[in-house]
Amino acid sequence: MSLQVILFWILAVISILSAIGVVVAKNPVHSVLLLIVTFFDIAGLYILLNAQFLAVVHIIVYAGAIMVLFLFVIMLMNLNASGEPQKNNLVKFAGVISGGLLLLVLVAALRKADTGMLMQGATDIGLVKNLGKVLFKDFVLPFEVSSILFLSAMIGAIVIGKKD
Amino acid sequence: MPIQNYIWLAVALFSIGVIGVLIRRNAIIIFMCIELMLNAVNLLMVALSKYHHDASAQIFVFFIMVVAAAEVSVGLAIIVMVYRHTKSVDVNILNRLKN
Repeated sequence: MSLQVILFWILAVISILSAIGVVVAKNPVHSVLLLIVTFFDIAGLYILLNAQFLAVVHIIVYAGAIMVLFLFVIMLMNLNASGEPQKNNLVKFAGVISGGLLLLVLVAALRKADTGMLMQGATDIGLVKNLGKVLFKDFVLPFEVSSILFLSAMIGAIVIGKKD
Repeated sequence: MPIQNYIWLAVALFSIGVIGVLIRRNAIIIFMCIELMLNAVNLLMVALSKYHHDASAQIFVFFIMVVAAAEVSVGLAIIVMVYRHTKSVDVNILNRLKN
């Protein structure tokens, strides 16, 4: 087993365990912290896949912005008292069964899919230079539209959140 | 390393996110499970991008992150307003919207 495979398995096991922890944790703050662990694991997997730019952007956007926003909201609303009403056990059981069935269907559908190997060694498609060229040559219109999306999201958040 | 490993990991993370959406009642945790599902899809796309030697998928992942950030800002504003009106983030409270 090469070092890459060992690192993949370590990161995969940690990310699945912490994802399960996000779902089952009683305290919302613990859920947020476990989700941050999951995001760092996914960033590690991006680095294993030679997508360095996306790994850095992932850490900055998710761990730096989105999860801090979640933590702010949870702490402002004082929700860490963990007094959340629970769904009854029948609904929980049905949810787990249907999620497991989804997993089963996806595994059964993808089991006979393409069984290629990822090539070893570094590629340069994930580096900033190459991605920047692709982004500003082929995808410049979606890039500009996303700025309008951000503007509308910003205005929407202010309009929704202001006291009336 | 076979590409299948990454596919199974992404499928597992996505299913965990679906289960979380189904069994929790706290709106914020449901939101975090949606983020988990988005990340599972992102991981799969990056793996396939390396497999097919195509940079477009990584640009698409970048745009998914952009949309997720915008979605979170608006969604959390809505949750804060729901909390301000009902003093709760229980999604069952939201069936009051019916009347």
